[in-house]
Amino acid sequence: MYNFEVEQPTSVADAVAALGEEEAQALGGGQTLIPTLKQRLASPSKLVSLSGIAEMQGMSADAGVLSIGGGTAHATVAAGTAASYPALAALAGNIGDPAVRNRGTIGGSLANNDPAACYPAAALASGATIVTNAREIAADDYFDGLFTTALEEGEIVTQVRFPVPEVANYQKFVQPASRFALVGVFVAKYPDGVRVAVTGASEDGVFRWSEAEAALSANFNADALEGLSLSPDGMMADLHGTKAYRAHLISVLTKRAVAAAG
Amino acid sequence: MTKVSMTVNGKPASGEAEGRTLLSSFLREELELTGTHVGCDTSQCGACVVHVNGVAVKSCTMLAIEAEGAEVATIEGQAAADGTLNTVQQAFQDHHGLQCGFCTPGMVMSATALLKDNPKPSEQEIREYLEGNLCRCTGYHNIVKAIMAASGQDVSAIAAE
Repeated sequence: MYNFEVEQPTSVADAVAALGEEEAQALGGGQTLIPTLKQRLASPSKLVSLSGIAEMQGMSADAGVLSIGGGTAHATVAAGTAASYPALAALAGNIGDPAVRNRGTIGGSLANNDPAACYPAAALASGATIVTNAREIAADDYFDGLFTTALEEGEIVTQVRFPVPEVANYQKFVQPASRFALVGVFVAKYPDGVRVAVTGASEDGVFRWSEAEAALSANFNADALEGLSLSPDGMMADLHGTKAYRAHLISVLTKRAVAAAG
Repeated sequence: MTKVSMTVNGKPASGEAEGRTLLSSFLREELELTGTHVGCDTSQCGACVVHVNGVAVKSCTMLAIEAEGAEVATIEGQAAADGTLNTVQQAFQDHHGLQCGFCTPGMVMSATALLKDNPKPSEQEIREYLEGNLCRCTGYHNIVKAIMAASGQDVSAIAAE
């Protein structure tokens, strides 16, 4: 690892000021960034640790919206949302492993936008609002391809607001070595329709499967998905799964998610 | 270099760290607590698991500076001052929960964290909790058995007698 300075602000305002410096980078839980730095794939001159910022911690539920601070660890979300949004709690409780879940944060995951990460599927399927130090971004406008988001340089995810669905379920086909999703599908049913978000599959990162959404909005039953499939074109391929395999898994996991959501 | 101070195994400890100094390196090289092992250094293997403010973390994937002021517990703090093993350690010995022993510090620290949250875990819950701790001797059955025993549960039903 190349050396860097570490700054530990205690407020969002101080963190934003520190990130204004050239080659400064935000450090959430570090569960992706620290391994990346070890491989010398990044060389910031300064890391601005967000873990000491109290205003970015914790959760609250109000009028059907669950708000989670950007610095909240996966384990905290898993424990704290079991009653208010069980599908989200289950997702958070199955990221990585227990020690990773004690450090990794929701804001860090969404800012990184790994194409196989779990949280992007939850945010997109829930029509969440990504709140930053500067603005509010709808999930539909936020994810912008592999490891790319609408975030500007130095912008911090301070909070994520999830409208709580009537029912929801996340099905993750775990890639056992990395614990990321080989494919993951999040299905969420709202009074005005069903949203289906897919992670781990597309070369463009997380996406909504609109054909399945239309079918499920008309009839929320796994049978409604019979005959629907996605083209393997544009899917990721690696030694763990071909394009066709991933495309097939999306259909299977979507059906399972609908069946499990009830 | 920055001076970093924390409480390690109940005692104040401090040393010098660069920005990039990992908590695992700080414990091993500055504080000379070499019981915390670094197996992979890529946050896969869990040999480096310690507790920071009461929760299990991979110390190879946390900066030492971030542990400023924290309560850190390592394998060195688990036995009593006279060397008497604690319940989890004794169970690992009784049930042969180690072969080469390299992964053991992380296994014991993860097991202790699990039992704090879930004092009577099922075999399945133990196996799931150890997802981030690799034993390349593949001695998992006896590790699971040791953790079951440490939680005061019957171990006779566990596979691979």
